[in-house]
Amino acid sequence: MQIYLPIAEMPVDVFLILGMGVAVGFISGMFGVGGGFLLTPLLIFVGIPPAVAVATQGPQIAASSTTGALSYWRRKSIDFKLGGVLLVGGFIGTILGVLFFNQMRRIGQLETVITLSYVVLLGSVGTLVSWESLAAVIKAGKVPPRRRTAGRHNWYEGLPFKLRFHRSGLYISVIPIVFIAILIGFAGAVLGIGGGFILVPALIYIFRVPAQVVVGTSLFQILFTMLGATVLHAATNHSVDLFLALLLMVGGVFGAQFGARAGAQIRGDYFRVLLGLLILSVAIRFAGDVFTQPKEPFSTTLTETVR
Amino acid sequence: MSARLARTTLLALALIGAAGITRAETLIVSLSRENILIQSNFTGERLSLFGVIQREGDEKGASAAYDAVVTVRGPRGAVTVRRKEQYGPMWLNLDERKYIAIPAFLAVQSNRALTSIASASVREDLRIGINAQVPQQIVARGANDPRFREALQRLRIAQGLFRENPEAVRFIAPNVFQAAVDLPGTAPLGDYDVDVMVFANGAMIARGNTKFRVAKTAAEQTLATIAADHGIWFGLGTSILALLVGWLASVIFRRD
Repeated sequence: MQIYLPIAEMPVDVFLILGMGVAVGFISGMFGVGGGFLLTPLLIFVGIPPAVAVATQGPQIAASSTTGALSYWRRKSIDFKLGGVLLVGGFIGTILGVLFFNQMRRIGQLETVITLSYVVLLGSVGTLVSWESLAAVIKAGKVPPRRRTAGRHNWYEGLPFKLRFHRSGLYISVIPIVFIAILIGFAGAVLGIGGGFILVPALIYIFRVPAQVVVGTSLFQILFTMLGATVLHAATNHSVDLFLALLLMVGGVFGAQFGARAGAQIRGDYFRVLLGLLILSVAIRFAGDVFTQPKEPFSTTLTETVR
Repeated sequence: MSARLARTTLLALALIGAAGITRAETLIVSLSRENILIQSNFTGERLSLFGVIQREGDEKGASAAYDAVVTVRGPRGAVTVRRKEQYGPMWLNLDERKYIAIPAFLAVQSNRALTSIASASVREDLRIGINAQVPQQIVARGANDPRFREALQRLRIAQGLFRENPEAVRFIAPNVFQAAVDLPGTAPLGDYDVDVMVFANGAMIARGNTKFRVAKTAAEQTLATIAADHGIWFGLGTSILALLVGWLASVIFRRD
């Protein structure tokens, strides 16, 4: 069944888009990541104009993270204070990212910047997570799990402006948290991603936020970042396609339900191995684009139309 | 000298044909629809074009078989063609050419192969065929490199937006023909012009044209207009919808 998208100005198969929403929603619910790093390339692959793809995955991710965040909220697994600090940094990063995005578009290297960023970012995060978690799986049982102990702090946790985060059991400086959030907001605006796949490992490894709080807090942060991105995209480049968003949302929220249930049944170590491998495989796909000789070296862009 | 003479003669013939003043053939063309409205179920559209060749005066000269070439052109726009080149271990878009006034849709349809309808010079003069329809000129950057222009045509053909079909025009009587114009679902919005040429013995004897418009229906257009003119509200509305869908799902799936 085909439906015509009024903003993208092309027909798409309803079930194909719904299916993509379900698949990405599943992963989103399972890992507490937005799934934008999967959805944007998928949408572009089926022929949606890149601008529409980047802008429209915002509401889709917002919808599925609403569902996720609500269920974590009921379980009291969201650290709102930590989420709030992350949001402040996230907004600053988003604004910087939009400025950078426009500058790169002006000099005509946006596609290269996006592809290379995907490779570097996903490649390094994916490798780190897979490596660390594989090691943990192999060593499982032999070494007692790392515990937070009083008096053992990394240098960045002792910087000024310390805040106590009760829910996460942390008492650390907000500077490194805001710094990470700015980086993620920046990457999000440039690449059209929520940044959950960076945030989740960052919270776990850098700040040692307890695993049961990480996913909920990450979803909370992603939800508000994506709502902001949706309004920003709609206001500046008018590329948010309502029909496409609705299809993706409906598919996404269903997928997220099953994903969240599947995620609850996987052991933490395996969970991180899977997430790492998933991120790594997307990185490899993008690396293939840049590092192998393309079959069709030419591409076209419609610069302006006279109507 | 002779080429110029031939061109002038053709031009004169074309003018006469279009005006239909003298004994020569006149061409009347009619399109099944002149407004294509895009609704949410739009996946493309087939238009029918009918052409009637009327002869005035000399009835005995009607023995020559006619050929018809129907060229449909969509709205024009500038297109940038980029080429990936090796840069260290990477392949990056390093070279580009910008072409102006490239039709967003182009269909060249005829009753038999263009090469058997008219000679190369006639086809070039009348700009018949995809290659002849795509302008040569580029703007800014770099020397004119034909590979970019070839790539542009190749990519557009692959996308189904450029096509040449030597079987799309059918003569249903010696002087009446029908052409099917298939618009894909991705057909760009805007004004399309249809240029119809009739040939006899390799020379153009009549020419006619018509046009049609592809537009969104009121509902689709309203949505697009809101998105364009009231972006912030559209964004806020979409955000609220996202929150609603997310909340609804959590209510539906709530188990505890």
